[in-house]
Amino acid sequence: MKMSFLWTDMMIWLLVVALIFWARMIMRSPQTRQQWRRIYESPLAMACSLILLTYLSVALLDSIHFRLALPTQADSKQVNYDINMKSPLDLLFAHNIDHSERTYSAPFARNEFVSSIIVNEQGITEKAYLPLKHVATYLGINEGSGLDIFIKSIIAIIMGLMIGLIFVTLHMLWLKRGTQDSFGHYLQTVKQGKTQLPWRWAYATFLFILVMSVWLYYLNLSYHVLGTDKVGGDVLYNTLKSIRTGVLIGVLTTVATLPISIILGISAGYIGGWVDDVIQYIYTTLSSIPSVLLIAASILVVQVTIDNNPQWFETATERSDLRLFFLIIILSITSWTGLCRLLRAETFKLSQVEFVTAARAFGVGKFTILRRHILPNLMHIILISVVLDFSFLVLSEAVLSYVGVGVDPSMHSWGNMINQARLEMAREPMVWWSLLSAFLFMFVLVLAANLFSDRIQVVLDPRNEA
Amino acid sequence: MLNYIIRRVLYAIPILIGVNLLTFLLFFMVNSPDDIARSQLGAKQISPQQITAWKVKRGYDKPLFYNAETKEEGVLASLTDTLFVKESLALFIFDFGFSDAGRNIATDIKQRMWPSLQIALPSFIIGLTTNISLALLIVLFRGSVLDTTTMIIAVMIMSISGLFYIIAGQVLFSKLWHWFPISGFESGIGGIKFVILPVLIGVFGGIGSGVRWYRSLFLEQINQDYVRTARAKGLTELRVLFGHVLPNGMLPILTGVVVVLPSLFMGSLIMESFFGIPGLGSYTIDAINAQDFSIVKSMVFLGAVLYIIGLLLTDISYTLFDPRVKLS
Amino acid sequence: MKQLLLSLLLLLLANTLSAGVWNSPHNTDQPSENILFTSFSSPVKHLDPVISYNSAEWGIIGQIYEPPLQYNYLKRPYVLEPATLTAMPEVHYLDKNGQTVDVTSKNIAFSEYIFHLRDDIRFQPHPSFVKDTEGRQRYAKLTGDELDDITSLDDFALNDSRLLQANDYIYAIKRMAVRQNHSPILDSMMAYIIGLKDYSKDITNKVKALKKDKKIVDLRSSEISGIKQLDPLTFSIRIKGVYPQFLYWMSMNFFAPIPWEADLFYQQAGLKEKNLTLDSFPVGTGPYYLAENNPNKQMRLVANPNFHTELYPSLSPEEQKASGVPDEMLVDSGKPMPFIKEVIYSLEKESIPLWNKFLQGYYDSSGIASEAFDQTINISTTGAMGLSPEMEKRGITLRSAIVPSIYYMAFNMVDPVVGGYSESNQKLRQAISIAIHYEEYISIFRNDRGIAAQGPIPPGIFGYDDSLAGHNNYVYDSVEGKSERKPIAYAKQLLTEAGYPNGTSSKTGKPLTIHYDATSAGPDQRAQLDWMRKQFKKLGILLVIRNSDYNRFQDKIRNGSTQMFMWGWNADYPDPENFLFLLYGGNAAVDTGGSGINSSNYKNPEFDRLFDQMNTMENSPERLAIIQQMLEIARKDSPWIWGFHPKSLGLYHHWFGNAWPNQMANNTMKYKRIDDKKRRDLQSQWNQPVLLPIIVFFILIIGIIYPLLRAYRKRQAFVIQTQ
Repeated sequence: MKMSFLWTDMMIWLLVVALIFWARMIMRSPQTRQQWRRIYESPLAMACSLILLTYLSVALLDSIHFRLALPTQADSKQVNYDINMKSPLDLLFAHNIDHSERTYSAPFARNEFVSSIIVNEQGITEKAYLPLKHVATYLGINEGSGLDIFIKSIIAIIMGLMIGLIFVTLHMLWLKRGTQDSFGHYLQTVKQGKTQLPWRWAYATFLFILVMSVWLYYLNLSYHVLGTDKVGGDVLYNTLKSIRTGVLIGVLTTVATLPISIILGISAGYIGGWVDDVIQYIYTTLSSIPSVLLIAASILVVQVTIDNNPQWFETATERSDLRLFFLIIILSITSWTGLCRLLRAETFKLSQVEFVTAARAFGVGKFTILRRHILPNLMHIILISVVLDFSFLVLSEAVLSYVGVGVDPSMHSWGNMINQARLEMAREPMVWWSLLSAFLFMFVLVLAANLFSDRIQVVLDPRNEA
Repeated sequence: MLNYIIRRVLYAIPILIGVNLLTFLLFFMVNSPDDIARSQLGAKQISPQQITAWKVKRGYDKPLFYNAETKEEGVLASLTDTLFVKESLALFIFDFGFSDAGRNIATDIKQRMWPSLQIALPSFIIGLTTNISLALLIVLFRGSVLDTTTMIIAVMIMSISGLFYIIAGQVLFSKLWHWFPISGFESGIGGIKFVILPVLIGVFGGIGSGVRWYRSLFLEQINQDYVRTARAKGLTELRVLFGHVLPNGMLPILTGVVVVLPSLFMGSLIMESFFGIPGLGSYTIDAINAQDFSIVKSMVFLGAVLYIIGLLLTDISYTLFDPRVKLS
Repeated sequence: MKQLLLSLLLLLLANTLSAGVWNSPHNTDQPSENILFTSFSSPVKHLDPVISYNSAEWGIIGQIYEPPLQYNYLKRPYVLEPATLTAMPEVHYLDKNGQTVDVTSKNIAFSEYIFHLRDDIRFQPHPSFVKDTEGRQRYAKLTGDELDDITSLDDFALNDSRLLQANDYIYAIKRMAVRQNHSPILDSMMAYIIGLKDYSKDITNKVKALKKDKKIVDLRSSEISGIKQLDPLTFSIRIKGVYPQFLYWMSMNFFAPIPWEADLFYQQAGLKEKNLTLDSFPVGTGPYYLAENNPNKQMRLVANPNFHTELYPSLSPEEQKASGVPDEMLVDSGKPMPFIKEVIYSLEKESIPLWNKFLQGYYDSSGIASEAFDQTINISTTGAMGLSPEMEKRGITLRSAIVPSIYYMAFNMVDPVVGGYSESNQKLRQAISIAIHYEEYISIFRNDRGIAAQGPIPPGIFGYDDSLAGHNNYVYDSVEGKSERKPIAYAKQLLTEAGYPNGTSSKTGKPLTIHYDATSAGPDQRAQLDWMRKQFKKLGILLVIRNSDYNRFQDKIRNGSTQMFMWGWNADYPDPENFLFLLYGGNAAVDTGGSGINSSNYKNPEFDRLFDQMNTMENSPERLAIIQQMLEIARKDSPWIWGFHPKSLGLYHHWFGNAWPNQMANNTMKYKRIDDKKRRDLQSQWNQPVLLPIIVFFILIIGIIYPLLRAYRKRQAFVIQTQ
């Protein structure tokens, strides 16, 4: 096995490390800690952040890449590696990758969705729906699959509940460490919702997510729970792989814009003068170009560069990853202007406020003022815009892929799925499951992000104090 | 006021030069003039002579930024006798010239502007009124179950990609129910049947974010002292809303709206290409696909100009409607 | 909101009363007239026959311009017949001194074709023909004032016409010679037409000078040495050597007549600024003229009032049988054409709306999108394709035809890995050819619309043999009188012999990796690439896909830096030479600086020698023997995986008559007819709006209003209380 370090992988893991540091910093300051507690007092926020965490973990699971060694030839010493990169997620779904069907099949179907022309034993040509190769092969041809699905579902739900309850119990034990409460009493408190944070909602959400995942995974071992696509690929697997693309574009882009917009926004607002003029000039110029055109042109440049340098890449995954990486960079270049303008105005306002002018009069250094007085007061704007931008970016990935300037067409992404689904919707009868899966998974992610951002706004926005 | 406007217009010039420079760099990084020639000639076999002839005819034979051939005539000549200067100068007097395929761009833009407006303007006006009235309705019932459910529905509407609305709308209204043509366009009053569906979809897709935004604007007003006074006078809620909250909320609405007005001309890329509307949005997409640099650069320039006009209009509308603001 | 809905409903109501259907994408009164509705998929760029070279553009200008020759609409195999000529052109063979010699002579240096024009052919009405009292062109020098009032050709008060003359054809060839006009075939024609090369060089420089001074270019005064006007209705063209395919070129729009009046008229700068050019408003003698040109929305052709008499073709019973033409195609035999008064082309960029509109009856004919295949086509017990009951109920007819084209996958023969001519090189390519299961490809991606190719020549072209003898022995076995793809085990064995046991190089021990160059387009692409990867995996070969945009892709092919790629070729004319020259060594892309058409850079001296021999021959058993020899050589070398020949299926509504697929002809509109009454009836029958949802919606709205009102009252009371 050989580890491969893709650009986006490194970025996302770097970000995770940064997030952990940040979380520790938050824990140290009692004030911000209090704020975050208030955010999580809402059951909805609790549920949403669990959902977001689930998406993030799937994305992270899919962000470790390695290449397996190929079986060595008898006469050679050299070890060769598989050209296809694998991630832990791929290993989990290895059965789906290896057992692909021929073409479309509906969720839980046992036959192909489209008829094929075959010549039967009597030599007569006919149209027939061929059976799927890898679905419930243990069942007889004429045996119904309903009972099998039902039994499997029950098993999956029980398994899911059991695993979930173990985790929940462990967590409760951990929470009540140091208190004198009996476990039974504590359970009551949680059930009645008397804990400071709405843990019962957290547990319910957690159990729901876990049962759902176990059910999907377990049934997908013997069926295609969400059907198959045009070349027989499992739709559930495709959708899960798309999570990484969506989450990465959302998260990394917003994070990548931050340094630019914060540094430029604050310096424009705080220093003023010609610095302000230059920065204003840059962002007005950038934002006056219709962003789709700018993205289209830049992505074309990247694509050409990639094409002209095939020697940079050993595998196709690396190629499409580089495009994703640059898409993230380009998106952040086009989307930093909004936040920058906000920050500039806010900084300008803050620098005129009494406590800042007072501090300046006392001879406090510029950077100290920035760090102590201005930056903390900008935090809420930054945070709100980060969460809002996130959902916007996930949605725009789909649109960009439609226009043809999104991620690489060979990459799993919701945009590519929707793009393909447009043709499928025109089929008669309709192939609706790809669109539905992409829709559901995307909808849940964006909805969770939006609801969470609402809560953040409610708590952090000073205008909501009243 | 006039002074201010003149200054802003002058300030726009360096921005537009910057915009031009950026388009130029990006475009010619991808497409050499040879590529453009080839895609325009579009034949099965193309000889080098044909390419040269085409480049000379369209003026693409000059170097991009620095012309070494005219070095003897001084640095200025080398810098000005280039593709960049030649192409940009014309733009500033709004002479868009001919597209690489040989059509007059200004004529095309004038022609395609109307279909774009025919979709964008109704979407904008109907969207605005719907959003405001819904927001008012919700503000009326603020804090109630209606408020929270509508807000959650609004977030849901926001969370769905616009592409889904278009696909679902076409399947439902056109394919299954035969209410509207699936796509197409006709100008004038006979074209209404083509406009309704894209407008409906546009309005619906925008309801989520719109209602939330206006609701928060109105809520800000409703906590102000003057509203309490009005209510204390015994005015009904409806009167308070329409008599006080709405007029006072109009200022932020107006200033937020003015900035997008000019860009309505540019049309919507996705909507136009799905519904086959011959507007500027699909013009742009086609140009990108056909790598027609002349059109792309004209559209970018036009977009930038409209954006700058939008900013200017915003500032002016502040002074007109808010006596506290003075332009300097 | 309520008002909005109300007005919306009123509008819909008004619409209903006026039209009966709500969803017509056309103007409401149009469907009741004798108009054909059809579509184009991307804005048409060029309508000037000198430069236009794609099927979409030719679909339009083919109806407007008339080259000297045309393909017979019904006869198969394709045959040429005179279009504007009194008879097929005479041909004489000359030696280098210009003396007439026999066909069989070894001294043939030139061939001379003589064209006799009909004397009753007139151009469409056009302002450029109008003369003033002094006999000069009335609109040749438009003043600024006159220009102000003009936005389209309809704004000219006067129109006129004139007889077609031999000089109009010569003028077109002169225009072709002008480099500034970007003719795509100038370079190939220079190799044949005597004097064209010198003329082109000369005239190009002259035109350059004239354009610099912004002067108008008039080509009448110059002459091409090989082309002569013999009398006002006769002209001759002299070409190098023997080149029987030349007549096919004479059926293409490049050789359509251009009246000098129109050329000069359109050169006026004032008209160019208004997008009024020869490139956007053609002037022809054909059955239709272009009345409206809005490339972003629609193009409208209207029947040309000056069109000469041309009768719908008749066939003798033997010819009818040989060509497989059904009786209903011959109902109109002997009647004057065209039948349809007006043709409206609308822009439809996407296949889905196009298909749905066809089903709703708003387009008269359509291809079948692969998405709709299951819905449309039934397979009979004998394997023949027929329509599904649903389609038959609608009275739709299906016509299929194999398209004379090929989609192939090429190896780059100069590549060190996949190229080369040694036996192991050949075996590697043969192994891959077997592994790529094109029958499966056709089944998945083309719904069985196509046949796997056995060589470069498609069915319907001389040299194609669909018997077992004509199959590719290197990929297929004959089993019990049937052709069957060789087993994968055999391919693996070939691969081992080629030095790659199990896909691993026996020299380096590294797995064999092949790069496949693709152009990124469409969502379907990914599925195809996945499939392709799977095929190579069968042999243990790793396929790496390099996606790039079309420009970059072409670049790579031009400089030979590819390994494998897929490409296609459409017949220019129905002759095997037009396909075999794709493999001719002299056309290799890398040797010709990228302008050559042989993009796999295949170069086999024996093949080239036979090609030169076959090239100038008329179709005969001797020619067939040579072609078979060439095919054998090419199959053994396998520079291409032969891929497949697509089959086109066309659907036609009941009311659409005389629709017979003709893959070579472009001027087919004049043969077709429409029964507009039947169309109107069926349209309104198929498109009745479903009203139930509207009613449900309104009940819902009304249902909501009452509780809202109540809630408001309660709220009012509550607010007052808390105050």
